[in-house]
Amino acid sequence: MSQTLLDKVWATHTVRILPNGATQLLVGTHLIHEVTSPQAFGMLRDLNLKVLYPSRTFATVDHIVPTDERAEPFSDDLADAMIKALRSNCAENGITFFDLPSGKQGIVHIVGPEQGITQPGTTIACGDSHTSTHGAFGAIAFGIGTSQVRDVLATQTMAIHKPKVRRINVAGKLNLGVYAKDVILHIIRKLGVNGGLGYAYEYGGPTFDAFTQEERMTVCNMSIEGGARVGYVNPDETTFEYLKGRPYSPKGADWDAAVIRWKATASDADAHYDDVVTFDAADIAPTVTWGINPGQAIFINENVPFPSEVPEKDRATAEEAIAHMLLKPGAPIKGTKVDVAFLGSCTNGRLSDLQEVARYMKGRKVKSGVKAIVVPGSQGVASVAESMGLAEIFREAGFEWRGAGCSMCLGMNPDKLVGGQLCASSSNRNFKGRQGSPTGRTVLMSPLMVAAAAVSGEISDAREVFDIR
Amino acid sequence: MALEKITQVGGRGVYVPGDDLDTDRIIPARFMKCITFDGLGEFAFYDARAFAKAEGHPHPLDDQRFTGASILFSGSNFGCGSSREHAPQALYRFGIRAIIAESFAEIFFGNSITLGMPCVVMSGEDIRSVAKLIESDPAAILTLDLTEKKLSIADMDFPLTIAAHAHEALVTGKWDAIADLLEGLDAVRTRAATLPYMAAN
Repeated sequence: MSQTLLDKVWATHTVRILPNGATQLLVGTHLIHEVTSPQAFGMLRDLNLKVLYPSRTFATVDHIVPTDERAEPFSDDLADAMIKALRSNCAENGITFFDLPSGKQGIVHIVGPEQGITQPGTTIACGDSHTSTHGAFGAIAFGIGTSQVRDVLATQTMAIHKPKVRRINVAGKLNLGVYAKDVILHIIRKLGVNGGLGYAYEYGGPTFDAFTQEERMTVCNMSIEGGARVGYVNPDETTFEYLKGRPYSPKGADWDAAVIRWKATASDADAHYDDVVTFDAADIAPTVTWGINPGQAIFINENVPFPSEVPEKDRATAEEAIAHMLLKPGAPIKGTKVDVAFLGSCTNGRLSDLQEVARYMKGRKVKSGVKAIVVPGSQGVASVAESMGLAEIFREAGFEWRGAGCSMCLGMNPDKLVGGQLCASSSNRNFKGRQGSPTGRTVLMSPLMVAAAAVSGEISDAREVFDIR
Repeated sequence: MALEKITQVGGRGVYVPGDDLDTDRIIPARFMKCITFDGLGEFAFYDARAFAKAEGHPHPLDDQRFTGASILFSGSNFGCGSSREHAPQALYRFGIRAIIAESFAEIFFGNSITLGMPCVVMSGEDIRSVAKLIESDPAAILTLDLTEKKLSIADMDFPLTIAAHAHEALVTGKWDAIADLLEGLDAVRTRAATLPYMAAN
């Protein structure tokens, strides 16, 4: 007893302790995509190594896929070479590939849960820092580098040190118009972009108990933006309900046995935490970023800070942020003109995100001059959204309805900001140049706030635009 | 696999000031459209260098006084953001052999150690002092001594710290874990067999 979920999963997946003190940790599930895997397969070939458990690696293509014209060959030769490399690496090694024609392609962190591959009490690694998303199911999920992708392919393990655990409670109930995205932006704002260094974040408390599985994914997704490589929520009935009947979920008697095991992996009531932080949900308002890292965030009704007001250690970055974002210190962020509205990404590209926005967009129009795009997180999300009539609502409103992928979150495909465009974005990073233009400007926010920006043409309070009271 | 024991890195220094220099900054995503790491060096800090050039003052990495520098100094939370190994690969291929900062993001740190590129921590005050010394004498040779855990420049020594496991891995020539991991394959199979979701395979 007295163990956290992390303690338990670590114990069941430890192979041995390596000479330098690191754990050789079994990685039960390995997810790969086209950007960080080709070099790893190249290293395997150089070392004459094989994939140890091909059935425990799953691939999809997400970062470089165009979201409009998807016929191959892609017009971008480099992107075309990347999808071909992934296709042949998967075929040669017997790895399941959720390829474009499969109808199951999408952002790796949306596909895993959707297929039921992401399960409680497991370890998951992927060459992508947003792998923490899968922690929403009570999995311990790590973003890894390409050399570690090689390690996992060859040995189904990686060398890693056990992190400390910080329990983050969010007590109470969120106000109307406040979403999971606001919760995680608020947590990062308060704990800092490097506050989670060396920690896994365990999220819990009444707000998380009430969250849907998809809301939990939004929060866990951005753990890394707070410096925590791992973020998780203890599995509960909400988790089991989500997983039941999915393609890779256990079936029949195996399902019943799995649920019993999964329940037992949750942190004990008297678990020891290295740190505990508590927030009150009622204190959280719709949040937007004003700077060039996700911690530089304010409530929608606050003013852009003066660099002189921020702690001295953060001042130089604040000055750089103000210069890049072309914002006026002391002025409201509300009312800032928006050029692009991007709804999508592994943070907020799931069905519930699109449903919530569509609910309010019905009968509304995107402001003239604003380029607004919806990029469903997966082909699965897209097809359900289309059958529910959501795509039609978005098109009617003036959004472009695109194919699934990472798209404008990081601009590795043709969806990029141009010049100094300002983008209201439901994605996860507002780093300089992140959305494909070196001078492009990103303001992170919840999906409904993106919709509000699209409708009004400026950074707005969705509660006012959509009369949410 | 015998790897070089990395106990010392010698060379000239270059200071790239700033906190939270993220991996998109170190290598913008558009340069990750590749299937090998070859040639990434020229894209290190690409946009920051282009901006500096446009503004008429060279970025430190393009400042001729620091050409050939192999020890990079920066601020806190260096390498935050994406897990892309392309970031340390780009720096390594640019010619960087060690990074000294106030703190490092975890994934970047691990990726760098796996390349045999030490990431060591010094106080902000010491980093700024060293930066001044480099500025006044760009040709000065610095010695990063992992055994003594100090950085020497001219006749001055500065203390540094590095996570114990990374230190051990570097100085014993075990910074790439693959050999150790491969030795444990029998234990891997045994462990996997105890896990229902793995055993089913």
